[in-house]
Amino acid sequence: MRYFNLGLALTVCSLAACAAAFAQTPSYSNVGRTPTKEEMQAWNQSIGPEGKELPPGSGTAKEGEKVFSEKCAVCHGPAGEGSQLAPRLVGGRAPLNTPTPSRTLANYWPFATTIWDYINRAMPPKQQGSLSASDVYALTAFILYRNEIIPETQVIDAASLPKVKMPNRDDFVPHELKDIHDLRARGCSAGHCP
Amino acid sequence: MSSKRSPRRQFLKNGAALAGLAAGAISSPAENLFAADTPATGAEALHAYGQRSHFENDGRIGSIAMWPIVPGARRDYGFRSPLQDSIGIITPASLHFIISHGHEPPDIDPREHRLMIHGMVDRPLIFSLDEIKRLPSVSRLHFLECHGNSATSGPTGDPRKASNATVQETHGLTSCSIWTGVPLSLLLGQVGVQKGASWIVAEGTEEGKHSKSIPLEKAMDDCLVVYGQNGEALRPEQGYPLRLLVPGWQGINNVKWVRRIYVVDEPYMAMMESTKYPSPRLDGKSRWFESEMGPKSVITRPSGGQQLSARGFYEITGLAWSGGGAIRRVEVSADGGRTWKDAQLQQPIAPKAHTRFGLAWTWNGEEAVLQSRCTDDQGHVQPTLNDLAKFWGVGMDYFQLPPATADMGNFNGIQPWKVNRDGSVSNALL
Repeated sequence: MRYFNLGLALTVCSLAACAAAFAQTPSYSNVGRTPTKEEMQAWNQSIGPEGKELPPGSGTAKEGEKVFSEKCAVCHGPAGEGSQLAPRLVGGRAPLNTPTPSRTLANYWPFATTIWDYINRAMPPKQQGSLSASDVYALTAFILYRNEIIPETQVIDAASLPKVKMPNRDDFVPHELKDIHDLRARGCSAGHCP
Repeated sequence: MSSKRSPRRQFLKNGAALAGLAAGAISSPAENLFAADTPATGAEALHAYGQRSHFENDGRIGSIAMWPIVPGARRDYGFRSPLQDSIGIITPASLHFIISHGHEPPDIDPREHRLMIHGMVDRPLIFSLDEIKRLPSVSRLHFLECHGNSATSGPTGDPRKASNATVQETHGLTSCSIWTGVPLSLLLGQVGVQKGASWIVAEGTEEGKHSKSIPLEKAMDDCLVVYGQNGEALRPEQGYPLRLLVPGWQGINNVKWVRRIYVVDEPYMAMMESTKYPSPRLDGKSRWFESEMGPKSVITRPSGGQQLSARGFYEITGLAWSGGGAIRRVEVSADGGRTWKDAQLQQPIAPKAHTRFGLAWTWNGEEAVLQSRCTDDQGHVQPTLNDLAKFWGVGMDYFQLPPATADMGNFNGIQPWKVNRDGSVSNALL
């Protein structure tokens, strides 16, 4: 089949045009099917730092406090202080220039969108998918407020969440996301980066 | 347990049959042969999927850290591979190290499993496993290694530093397989990556839906979507029925149970990659996305916890690997690093794969410190502890710090083993 296409293609187009034609034509016919828009939306849980994929909905710290006490406090503690079952979500602010850095959410996490993404994909255990988008916004607002990163009244939604700057955002090397991919330009060598 | 008992019972029965024949003495050789080969009840089931000899009992060990998933059910974070008993370069799938961030493998029906590729592409596609198997396959030798392997700090640091540590405890978070699947570049070619795309985000099916951002250049270079490991389907704990393979890069990239690849224009800063895997420096900054594993080697025999039975000849043998390419050279020292000899490299030597080395050695009964250092085909040499300290901007005391301290990933320092006068072998790193 591929040989036939090649022969046909050569007779009807110049070389340059052929290259373009092949770039557009899948070589392996009828392997895989096109997902529907609904399938793509339902499957797509990825939320990047720009928050492009964040769904409609919104929440505040106050609303989040209620959801937190019902769904999260059993493992993370009533005030998000953590327990043997789950890490602390509130506090732990301390300078990082020490051999024992405090890698808590408030002290270390670089992006607020990661909080939304992780709650939405992974929480609560065994009940993933049980929280509505507004529940997740509200929980994110609650955690950010308790860590004194946003005021209590701030509404967290698709527009406001990506604008929240986490305290440790500027302490990663390299700083710019566009510079991360090029290990050589970063000076990484033999498995180690500066 | 019953699976362990049945081959033993089988062995005892055959043994009894042989003993009976020896006592009988009249039966013909043909009858002997027949009697010994007659399968006992259940033998067919035993041979449907083979088991190792009941004399062989090396296994993975866990207790890297405990991970609370639900109240009352704390789970092991991961399991180390028994490198001290490794033979050649292939790790049996049943002994391959496991890190799943504490999540148990999901029970996936391969007929139901789908891989979706979408995002900045011309033609998003959903593939069934059968469809992926219709595409041209490749098989490649590659190691996988957890970035925390051999670290002196972090959750893997404690047993690693002990003087009685085995190579399983110091280096057991690496394994090597022959992986079979489809180049990711082929699948990305099918969907047509759009201009401006620069990263992919791969996502798993397990409870935590592990998500990892990988630069598009790497995805197009040598990444694979694999369904086979060492000639059979992936094991559940290795991502059955489909996983991503990102050769030479930190284990976290090799998303198991992969169900979705999302083509995007920046890293998506998922939880693990942005908060758990960066390595903090002592100045308070953190390196993130270190990605490639450096050149590394370790002697697996003689190694920590083993015992030399007598003076005389031993082959010093071990494994070398590098995320940067193929291993070009391994040197071995039996005098604590004063003099080095080139070890022999066994074929096959594949890029980003374990390579087996060996060097003839005669133990004279005196104390000896054995160590290996490798060089890859980029010319990069495995570092000493001093080199690492310099690179990380830390003092040598860093390596002595308790394991709760800043965990620096990608530890690839030279590993010394001390052979004591009584033939015992101990960890001489610190």
